[in-house]
Amino acid sequence: MIERIVCAGFGGQGVMSMGQLLTYAGMIEGKHVTWLPSYGPEMRGGTANCHVILSEEPVASPIIHEATCVVAMNLPSLVKFENMLQKDGLLLINSSLVNQKPSREDVKAYYIPANEIAKELGNEKAANMIILGAFIELTKIVAFDSILSALRKVFGPTKEHLIPLNQEALEKGAAVVREQ
Amino acid sequence: METIFRKTEGLTDALFHYCPGCTHGIIHRIVAETLEELDVLGKAIGVAPVGCGVLAYEYFNCDMYQAAHGRAPAVATGIKRVHPDNIVFTYQGDGDLASIGTAEIVHAAHRGEKITTIFVNNTIYGMTGGQMAPTTLIGQKATTAPYGREVAHAGYPLRIAEMLATIQGAAFVERVAVNTPANIRKAKNAIRKAFETQIKGEGFSIVEVLSTCSTNWGLTPIEALKWLEENMIPYYPLGNFRTPGR
Amino acid sequence: MAKILMKGNEAIAAAAIKGGCRYFFGYPITPQNEIPEYMARELQKVGGCFVQAESELAAINMVYGAAGSGARVMTSSSSPGIALKQEGISYIAGAELPCVIVNISRGGPGLGGIQPSQGDYFQNTRGGGHGDYRTLVYAPATLQESVDLVMEAFEVADYYRNPVIISGDGMIGQMMEPVEFKEIPKRELPPKDWATDGTKGKRKPNIINSLYLDPEQLEKHNWRLKEKYDRMVQNEVRYEMYNLEQAEIVIVAYGTTSRVVKNVISILSKEGIRVGLLRPITLWPYPEKAFDEIPETIKALLSVEMSTGQMIDDIKIAANGRWPVYFYGRSGGMVPTPDAIIEKVKEILRGQR
Repeated sequence: MIERIVCAGFGGQGVMSMGQLLTYAGMIEGKHVTWLPSYGPEMRGGTANCHVILSEEPVASPIIHEATCVVAMNLPSLVKFENMLQKDGLLLINSSLVNQKPSREDVKAYYIPANEIAKELGNEKAANMIILGAFIELTKIVAFDSILSALRKVFGPTKEHLIPLNQEALEKGAAVVREQ
Repeated sequence: METIFRKTEGLTDALFHYCPGCTHGIIHRIVAETLEELDVLGKAIGVAPVGCGVLAYEYFNCDMYQAAHGRAPAVATGIKRVHPDNIVFTYQGDGDLASIGTAEIVHAAHRGEKITTIFVNNTIYGMTGGQMAPTTLIGQKATTAPYGREVAHAGYPLRIAEMLATIQGAAFVERVAVNTPANIRKAKNAIRKAFETQIKGEGFSIVEVLSTCSTNWGLTPIEALKWLEENMIPYYPLGNFRTPGR
Repeated sequence: MAKILMKGNEAIAAAAIKGGCRYFFGYPITPQNEIPEYMARELQKVGGCFVQAESELAAINMVYGAAGSGARVMTSSSSPGIALKQEGISYIAGAELPCVIVNISRGGPGLGGIQPSQGDYFQNTRGGGHGDYRTLVYAPATLQESVDLVMEAFEVADYYRNPVIISGDGMIGQMMEPVEFKEIPKRELPPKDWATDGTKGKRKPNIINSLYLDPEQLEKHNWRLKEKYDRMVQNEVRYEMYNLEQAEIVIVAYGTTSRVVKNVISILSKEGIRVGLLRPITLWPYPEKAFDEIPETIKALLSVEMSTGQMIDDIKIAANGRWPVYFYGRSGGMVPTPDAIIEKVKEILRGQR
């Protein structure tokens, strides 16, 4: 088992933290994990992205050349990264912000209106967690519980009240792709 | 037999390498005497520059460093941060401090680094053989200003004490000269106050000492003292520029 | 101790503190800023001190002062900043002071770029400083190895009274990986009776110095340093050998590129092509003798670097004509892709068969 995930979006959409939570959860489950961010001026305003690898074997290079999954939180990310996807790879598209179909036809695309669902939940910042929930539902790569444990570690005890919202967001995301 | 004078404990027995008539020897002695009189010789750590003062580590009878050209204030910062209770000083010339090391001295002052700097200004590069310094006076000849320093070409001489006095962290700033016995007494007094500023933890302290270089000025030692009086003091006025609490 | 997920730069900083580092002097430069930021936050909690210097020049000279004062001290920077530190590194080596210098390198020359690069191989192993001196250079490939080597670097620096360089790159600095802070082997270290802390009137002055005006004395000093460097060559070389059995080609790569090469090895093994890896962990002293362990039957060596070819010189010296040495590199912040390396391997094999 090895998953190579590229998470991409605008700075501020939580793509880095989505990747980190997944990495953390993988580590909690005893997997070999790496997280590699893009860095530099492109972080400010342009697309931010991170490469996440979860594997049963030690990870050689943390750089992804062929992804098993691409998360596109916005249109520039879809355009930039869909070609990195392997055949039959997972393409998770935030359809709230992307009104275009991918050019690839040999991949499994899922459309998740993450911003709208997050708004319904009362916090648009949870859009990343909705996509993460969808990804986990499709791959079963880690358990929701591991993500929640990771969240607790990242948030610390003062942010315990944010856990239910994030849990709900994960579940909503899972439900959306279950129906597709 | 009654001892009426002895050499300060602050200096080693090594013979100075300075030229006859050079005032470095006087400055070394008053710094060393001050350390002894303040009873801080045992916790003093000094930093020698690159320039004529490069061998100062052989002369001061305390722990010493030899630093890269201009970097003595940075080295002193490293020492003082590890040993905040020790007395740390740098001894630097005008090429070292006012040219290559301006960033280091400005920022040591700016951080209010609790160190003391003895800045020896003789308006010329001594050790390398009489090249122009930032402090070389207008019209003064140097091997790299053979027709005399011209403002249009090399700018005006840099007044370090005045410049550093604009910095909040520079708690004590004074300019003195060592051309007469009276001025030497005043110089020693200023050096004492500078070290006291450090001992009390009040901030950065510096004493700019106007000094002679008869060799590179092409003058006899006596003529050099007179030249200092007539040419340097009018451009580099003596006096205190900053004192803690004032 | 449990594993913690950490960013490379922070893991390096945390390891330094665990390795006894209490003083840090630095200047901001991408992609290593998390190191000074971590130190600014954490050093005061352990009774240490962080100073943001006015320049890299000042920072390395503060290191000189603190190291001469007997403290465990570190500075970090990235390529152009390390260039500025070279003056101080030469003085520190000359005055025989221990310290650790981290280079999270980026593309050059000049201001270059900020993406990962190995274009500082010459700078790290030959030094940009003047004179007859050497610095020990560790090139970790994973964050766990970074943490282990940083902690050990302080022991090694104290042991030899010499600067130790950690050669990482933007990828090592920016990525996250689980790390565990393990106890590292302690060396028997003599007391730092040469350090300056004031004579207290009880001993002769200690002098931290690299000036020897008498050429005979300087030569003596330099040969004594050389003996020390020879001891490092004897005792401190580290490397990893991977998949060497029946290898047709051995790739030599370190740090980030060695990880890409491990991907290449696993892809090629599925195609029945056996490729080995020799991964120098110390870039200086270079694992020259490790080349003697390479089976004589291999067809070629291939140097894979994120530069236009710098380590290849050392490989040729170590190979000593036994095998042809090929090169594949990307520069300017580009990382070699497995596909391109695979193509290069196949091209070499086509020519050799």
